[in-house]
Amino acid sequence: MIEYALYFAFACFGIGQLFCLYRVVFAPGVGDRVLALDTMSINMIALIALFGILHDTTMYFEIMMLFALVGFVSTVAYAKFLLRGDVIE
Amino acid sequence: MEFYAELLISAMLVLAGFFGFVGSFGLVKLPDQMTRLHGPTKAATLGVGGVLIASLLWFAFFGDHYSWHELLIALFLFLTAPITGLMIAKVNMHLTWSPDELPHCGEDKHWATFGNSAERSLMDSTAEDGKDERDHHE
Repeated sequence: MIEYALYFAFACFGIGQLFCLYRVVFAPGVGDRVLALDTMSINMIALIALFGILHDTTMYFEIMMLFALVGFVSTVAYAKFLLRGDVIE
Repeated sequence: MEFYAELLISAMLVLAGFFGFVGSFGLVKLPDQMTRLHGPTKAATLGVGGVLIASLLWFAFFGDHYSWHELLIALFLFLTAPITGLMIAKVNMHLTWSPDELPHCGEDKHWATFGNSAERSLMDSTAEDGKDERDHHE
């Protein structure tokens, strides 16, 4: 039972990742592009967590943590750059 | 007991996958820059939280030992999602609204992103196009 649920979740997040990729390439504004990149990093965390369940290993925890931290910091840095013309003033 | 644990984890995975899909689909489907913020910052965050809780339960029931690692990541994501939403909303306002349109911020100063200390952003040249787009949506 859990395999099918896993594959369903894999498909959902994979298609979501493709939607985000579409939005990164064909974005109407630069804010949408930043948002789509942030969503890609969030979806990637979910995919890695699902991969960890599938292979029954806790090895991927640090990778998820790094994705969360770097995704957040890069999004805020990009937004700050667009707002103020500089990242660290 | 094991059956119910599997049922719980499967239900959480399916729900989380659905919410993650809706969050990413909203990014493509919704019509407006500001409405497009809603999908990823709310639905996708809930989806990822669901997957992480399901992973936590899986390792608690079927793994060698249980840990609270995944809860840490879920908590971090739930804390940071509103902040990214706020920052991107400010970017959208900065790029598509002119300073006169913004609501008064209650003090004698103007908004910090348009103040004297703010350097001219590289993207300011597109402000006029964005304004037209926003008028069109209204």
